[in-house]
Formats: sequence, C-alpha cells, structure tokens
Amino acid sequence: MSQVSDERAEVVFEDFKAPYDKSHAVAEANRCLYCEDAPCVKACPTAINIPEFIRKIATDNVRGSAKTIFDSNILGMSCARVCPVEVLCVGDCVYNNMNQPPIQIGKLQRYSTDRAYEAGWEYYQAGEDTGKSVGLIGAGPASLAAAHELRRLGHACTIYEKRAVKGGLNTTGVAPYKMKADRSVAEVEWVLSIGGIDIQHGVELGADMSFTDLEAKHDAVFLGMGLGEDRFLKADGEDMDGVHGAVAFIEEFKLGAVSLDSVSSAIVVGGGNTAVDAVRELVGLGVSNVTLVYRGQEAGMSGYIHEWSAAKIEGVRSCFQTQPVGYVGNGSVTGLKCISLDESKQPIDGTEHTLDAQLVLLAIGQGKLGHLLGELDGVELTNGCVVVDDHGATGRRGVYAGGDCANGGKEVVNGAAEGKRAATAMHKYMMGE
Amino acid sequence: MPDLTSNTAGIVSPNPFWLASAPPANSGDQIMRAFDHGWGGAVWKTLGTPIQNVSSRFGAINHQNSRGIGFNNIELITDRPLEVNFKEIYEVKKRYPKHAVIASLMVETREEWKEMIQRSIDAGADGLELNFGCPHGMCERGMGSAVGQEPTVNERITSWAKEFSTIPVLVKLTPNVADIIPHGLAAQRGGADGVSLINTIKSIIGVDIDRMVVNPRVGTLSTNGGYCGAAVRPIALHMVAALSRAAEFKLPISGIGGVTNWRDAVEFVLLGSTSVQVCTEVMLRGYRIVEDMIEGLENYMVDKGFERLDDMVGKAVSSYSEWGNLDLNYETVAKIDADSCIGCNKCMVACHDGAHQCIFPPTDGSHVPVVDEDECVGCNLCKIVCPVEDCITMTEVENGYTFATWNDHIAGTKQLRPKKGAH
Ligand SMILES: Cc1cc2nc3c(=O)[nH]c(=O)nc-3n(C[C@H](O)[C@H](O)[C@H](O)COP(=O)(O)OP(=O)(O)OC[C@H]3O[C@@H](n4cnc5c(N)ncnc54)[C@H](O)[C@@H]3O)c2cc1C
Ligand SMILES: Cc1cc2nc3c(=O)[nH]c(=O)nc-3n(C[C@H](O)[C@H](O)[C@H](O)COP(=O)(O)O)c2cc1C
Ligand code: SF4
Repeated sequence: MSQVSDERAEVVFEDFKAPYDKSHAVAEANRCLYCEDAPCVKACPTAINIPEFIRKIATDNVRGSAKTIFDSNILGMSCARVCPVEVLCVGDCVYNNMNQPPIQIGKLQRYSTDRAYEAGWEYYQAGEDTGKSVGLIGAGPASLAAAHELRRLGHACTIYEKRAVKGGLNTTGVAPYKMKADRSVAEVEWVLSIGGIDIQHGVELGADMSFTDLEAKHDAVFLGMGLGEDRFLKADGEDMDGVHGAVAFIEEFKLGAVSLDSVSSAIVVGGGNTAVDAVRELVGLGVSNVTLVYRGQEAGMSGYIHEWSAAKIEGVRSCFQTQPVGYVGNGSVTGLKCISLDESKQPIDGTEHTLDAQLVLLAIGQGKLGHLLGELDGVELTNGCVVVDDHGATGRRGVYAGGDCANGGKEVVNGAAEGKRAATAMHKYMMGE
Repeated sequence: MPDLTSNTAGIVSPNPFWLASAPPANSGDQIMRAFDHGWGGAVWKTLGTPIQNVSSRFGAINHQNSRGIGFNNIELITDRPLEVNFKEIYEVKKRYPKHAVIASLMVETREEWKEMIQRSIDAGADGLELNFGCPHGMCERGMGSAVGQEPTVNERITSWAKEFSTIPVLVKLTPNVADIIPHGLAAQRGGADGVSLINTIKSIIGVDIDRMVVNPRVGTLSTNGGYCGAAVRPIALHMVAALSRAAEFKLPISGIGGVTNWRDAVEFVLLGSTSVQVCTEVMLRGYRIVEDMIEGLENYMVDKGFERLDDMVGKAVSSYSEWGNLDLNYETVAKIDADSCIGCNKCMVACHDGAHQCIFPPTDGSHVPVVDEDECVGCNLCKIVCPVEDCITMTEVENGYTFATWNDHIAGTKQLRPKKGAH
C-alpha cells in the first residue's frame, strides 16, 4: 500500500470551497429545477444524471444519489472537488440564463459521495470471471476508471505504475485547496475494493517492461500514462537551485515537506492552469511575493478565469507580455532575466530587465509520452499523443488509450470518461462481440 | 434486495407505484414509457362517453419558493375515442404482462356499466376502478362525486360492477364528504374488492385579481375544480388511516393524494395502503421520479428490516388513536442548541404571538433566545419555524407523573400533572 506521509507541506491548505452540511445541501438541492435533457448533463464528460442525483438529495435518498453519480463516474468523489465546474456543469446551469446563481453541483456531488464513503455503502461487485486479462499503464484516473469497469465485466486487471503512489496527477498534481493527496489515495482504495485489480508499483513501461512483454501478457492493453515531464526554457542557468518544473514541484510539496524559508519572491512562468494553480499554492505556502510571468496578454491566458481571479484576490501579481530569457544567480537562482513583448509577442528592444526571485517554477507545458511506444505497427501519434477512435481504440488490435496521454492533457473527469469508454470497447473486443 | 411486489385486491404489480387515473395515464404510449421508467402499474384515464374539454384546465399554487405545491384541474374524463383506448389497453398488456393496468370507468346506466366492464375485460385489464370521485363537471351530470357522496348509489353501482366483472373492482372514493367511513363501507357492501382514495377535493385555486375572474380562466368564466398535489397529502393520509383502523372495514386500499417521493409513499403504506398512486408530481416532473421512489423504498425497507412490502403495510395504523387516549402527563419542552442557533428570533416571535409567550431575548449578550421551560407547553411551534435543522429539540421531561388519559381523568383514577401556560 502506498500511503502518503503526514509530513506533507500541502496539509496547511484548507478547502477553497467549504463542504455543505445537510440542511444547506437540501436547500440547494430543492433549488434545482430538475431539468429534462439538462444542459449540465451535456456539459459533463461522464454525463452524470445531475438532476436525478440532486433530486435524491432533496428526498433524503443520499445513498441512491451517490449511486447515480458513481454509475456514470466511479471517480465522482474526487471529481466533485477537482472538476472545473464553472466551465462544465455549473457553467451551463439554466439559472445562468435567468441571471440567478447556478446550482452548486460540485458541492452537492461532494455531499452525496462523501456520505457514501463515510457510510461505507457498497454498490458494485466484480462480474463473473471471463478468463481474460487486461494490462493497464499508469494508476491515474483513466486507468482506474477503465479497470473498475473491466472488473464489473469480469476481466482480470493488472495496472503497471512507475510511481510508488497511486492516483496519478489526482494525487500528485491537483491543488491542495481542492483536494489533498490522502483523499485521492482513499478514492483509489475505494475503487480497488471491487477486488481483482492488481497494481504493480515501480514498473515503468519502456524501462522495466517493454511493450512487447506487456502485449504478450494480456488479452488487451490500456494506455493511461498521462503526460511527461515539465518543459523547460532551455536557457542558461536553468540547472541552478531554485529552478523547477511546476508539476514536479507541486508533486514534491503534495507528497512531502518543502522548505521555502529563504524564498521571499517567487515567479511562475506560464499562463495555463498549472501556472495559475502554482501561484496560488505558493501564496498558500507562505511566499510573500508571487508573480506570474506570461508572454501573452491577460485575456489570452489559457488558465480558467475563475481560478485566476481568485489568485489575484489572494495577492498574486503579474507581468504580461513578458518573456523570460535567462537566469541570474550563483548556484542558486536570484532573478529571472526578461524582455517585454509587443502584442504580436515580438521582443521590444531595450526592455531587458531582471525580476527578483529565489524560486522559479516553469509551467510552460509537459512533454508527451507517446514515444514510449516506439514505432508500433498501427499506433499513430499526433504531437506525441496516442491517436484513438470514438471508443478509445488505437489502430492496433487490442490496444486502447485514454486520459491525458490521448487527449493531450484535459481534466480528471475526461480521464474517467475515456477510461470507462475504452473498457466497454475492450470488453466487446475480448468477448468477440 | 427486498421484494417490492404489491398486491391490491388481487391486482399484482412489480412495485406499489401506480400512475393515478389522470393525464399521465391518458394513452398507451405514455403508459408504456412510464413502465419503462419503472412504474409498476397504471390506472387508465377514466373511460366513459367521450367528452369535450375546455382550455385552460389547470391551476396551481406557488407558495414562496415552491411551485405547484397545490394543483387544481377542471378537465373531465377521457376525450379520446373508446375503441382507441381499449385497443391500447390491449397493446400495453400484451407488451407488459407483469405490469398492472387498471381501467377507470365512469358511466351512468346499468347497461353502460355492463358494456364498459366487458370491453375492459376483453382488452385484458387487470382490474377496474370505478370513478365515484370527480368533483367537477362530471358530477353536474350525476356521475363522479355525485355518486361517491351518496352511499346508496355507490353501493348500487358497485354491486352492478361486481355482477358484471370477473376481475377485481376498486372503488375510487371522493374526499368531498364529512366522514369517509360510511362511503368505504358502502363500497364494501356493494362487494368491492378494494378502494382507492382520494380523488380531488372541490376547490377554487385562486382568483385573477386584475381581471377579477376565478382561475383557471376559460374566457371570462371559470368553475370549481379538483384540488390535489403535495398540499392535499395530509387529508388523504387521514382518510386512508381512518378506513384502515375502522374495524368493520376490511378492504385493501390503494392510497392516493400528494405523493411526491418515496417518503410520502412510505407514509401511505404505513397507514395501510398496499399500492400508491401518483398524478400531480408526475405532471410536474415526469415519469422519471419513480427511480428515486423505488430506490428510496428499497433502502428504507433494508434499513428497517422489511423483506416484503406486505411486512410494512399498516405498521403505523395502531398509533392513530382518539384524543381521549393520549397521555396527558407526557411532557416535552423546547431546547435551543446555542451552537447552531443563528439568531433570527423567529422562534421568539412565533412563541410570543402564536403560542405561550415563553421564549425571551438573551440576557447574556449572546444571540441565542432563552426558553422559559417552566412555561413552555411543548407545542412544537418554535421548532416548526426554526430554519436550522435540529437546532430546536423537543425534549422529554421526567415529571414524575405516570401515563394518564382524559378518559382516566374523567374516571377519577389518575392524577394529572399541573397545567402549564394556562394563566
Ligand atoms: C498541476 C496540475 C493540476 C491539475 N489540476 C486539476 C484539477 O484541479 N482538476 C482536474 O480535473 N484536473 C486537473 N489536472 C489534470 C488531471 O490531473 C489530469 O487530466 C488527469 O490526472 C489525467 O489522468 P490520466 O490517468 O490520464 O494521467 P495521470 O493522472 O497523469 O496518471 C498517469 C499515471 O501513469 C504513470 N506513468 C507514467 N508513465 C508511465 C510508464 N511509462 N510506466 C508506468 N506508469 C507510468 C504516472 O506515474 C501516473 O501515475 C491537473 C493537472 C496538473 C498537471
Ligand atoms: C388533471 C387531472 C385529471 C384527473 N383526471 C382524473 C380522472 O380522469 N379520473 C380519476 O379517477 N381521477 C382523476 N384525477 C385525480 C387523480 O387521479 C388523483 O386522484 C388526484 O389528483 C390526487 O393525486 P395527486 O395528489 O397525486 O395528484 C385527475 C387529476 C388531475 C390533476
Ligand atoms: S403543457 Fe403542452 S398542451 Fe399544455 S399548454 Fe403547454 S404546450 Fe400546450
């Protein structure tokens, strides 16, 4: 069992969205209009029957409410916390069209699923043994959702995971004010309680096991290895202490202790969601000056507006149209050399300047892992992502993929949806249907 | 999983949830969709000599944040050709043999009853429901509640139906009577196999105060309608319970009136219903509500250890007694939980203006009102108005007096505790 340590730096964070108690949940549930063919459902990648699970909170059938959620999304407990509901279900709630506050679907989902975990209600059993086995790469959301569905259909599952910890980025990446690592691990244990899912830690595809071996061992294969390492600027001085990839740094403080005592100013480079998470996390970890450096304009950031607005309220500063070009420091970083950019992102002469920082996190994207597959007949890659059809199948018989390694990096809920979808297709494939 | 199979007077359905005779059970297509959603049975929209309906037909009460807590209609029985209805009953039964399909009937003469009953049987209906309840329109023509309000007419027509029917006959009772028991007994004397209740309550849902016309408006006029929906549930529960506990009444009961979810259904079953019919909540929210009803009922039965539906039918009936049998020495007082109190003072104003003037402003600088327990009569009003769940608890007081009823007191055998709040 890969439990996480208690000495995690992330434990200082509190939930950004407080949980509902019963009366609040029921009041909010009763506000739901119980729409038919509801837009919130269409906005959910796993198509949870949202009006139905909410109605069941209102009638005090919480057990059934949670079942409605899990039937569509076995990772419903973590998704309730980590989904960007503002741009998914909640964003499409019809109340928005009435200029009234939308239903707090994420909080209601958390209410039901938390009750289900607390009560220990059991919903699912493994299907009758089919004698088939599936090998899955990575113990992240995509593989877990796939494995659970495969077990319900009676197939044996082995997950190969290079890390010691389960849950993928849901454990190692998600902002701790949404969910902490122990909660993600608890979810994995809950999913595994269906039985028959073997996780082999410390096995890395491409290093400890070849694809040929993997394929030989199983009747079908699911690729759920997510994305690769953080990208770097490739500028001089990048190897100095204090310069990190953002995702790697987040993993560090989520799973262990970090010391930021000597850091009074920190910079996060990037404009996406990892960058926006990282600045808020640094503030929460006690860094007094946190600056986001992004080469585009504010309106061009790919990070969610609701998250960025929260970051600004928390005191994060920003330098837009600013391109880092190098580092200052002697062994340890002390500053980031930058140049200003014009609106078409071209450097403006004479605008070179240095921003103080004892910590620089690079959140300019992660690499892709498609290359791990080498040159496999039938498996096609686009920009390093595994190409799959509408059922999650690659062009190679019996090889399926889902989650970040196929979609290029989306959300946990996409991984859950794509894993389940592939499981259904793998079942048909293995049973010759 | 517990067994939800329901048996009402020999009409068996996979669960106790039936569509009541009303628009949701108007056609075969609708009923089959309802069965696909999980409904166990359906009472077909009342069949009779086809009528012509008005527009508009429905009205509703929206109270504060709740839409449609009470509902009213002025529509009549089916307006579709009888042969179409019977053909569809046949189709539905052929495709859903395990589900209950009950033909609701309303005609006038003995000959008409005979013909309608035979056609229902020929179509494959599992049972009949005699609509003696409609309190608008049809009663002006001597049918519906005009029958249900006259025990002798009720008994006579019921006996005709029994004479002609080879399938179970339920009599659907009207609540527009002072006491339901004589009417249930009339059906019993007529030979009915069971009763269903309630039909709608004669009502005026409201007035359009700008046009000064009663609602629902048909041009410049309107008429009284039948009231139903969540708001009528207490009336329906009482009538069901009254029949259930009447020793001389022996028939099974299909409970109707204001059922919106599994909890409401459980209440009807605990008061003696073997099946539960729903109209308004389906009209407002669709057939899909049945999923929660089935699941909620199953979970409840598991929690309470009931294996079969029959095990729980009527479990609360014996608790419905006469006032004269209640324990006058049983005493409760209100307690306010200081931690959860939000300081709205709604309990205080309710107690002062509507009860016994025993909740007072705090004197300790907090925002928590104080109950004078020596004066509190334990009426529940403060708990009813409190917006915070479980903030006010009605707590039992150990007062040293033993069980004593008014009847004991009159007989002089028991001592009563001193009165509270009666200055
Ligand atoms: C910083 C950050 C914050 C995020 N925040 C959110 C959020 O708030 N909400 C949200 O919905 N999504 C968020 N996401 C995205 C979300 O975490 C991912 O979309 C999701 O985890 C993808 O699931 P996955 O199973 O495809 O991959 P991953 O979660 O990446 O899991 C892949 C697993 O495969 C293992 N692995 C990789 N290579 C190999 C190999 N060769 N052999 C064996 N095992 C291997 C990895 O160790 C890992 O455990 C965030 C992502 C990041 C980077
Ligand atoms: C629009 C409407 C039409 C109805 N039509 C009939 C009918 O044709 N026959 C009948 O027996 N009851 C009829 N009813 C009464 C219902 O079957 C039911 O007894 C009543 O509405 C109470 O249940 P509820 O509170 O679930 O609506 C009708 C009710 C409504 C609202
Ligand atoms: S509910 Fe349907 S039939 Fe009734 S008024 Fe609206 S559109 Fe017309």
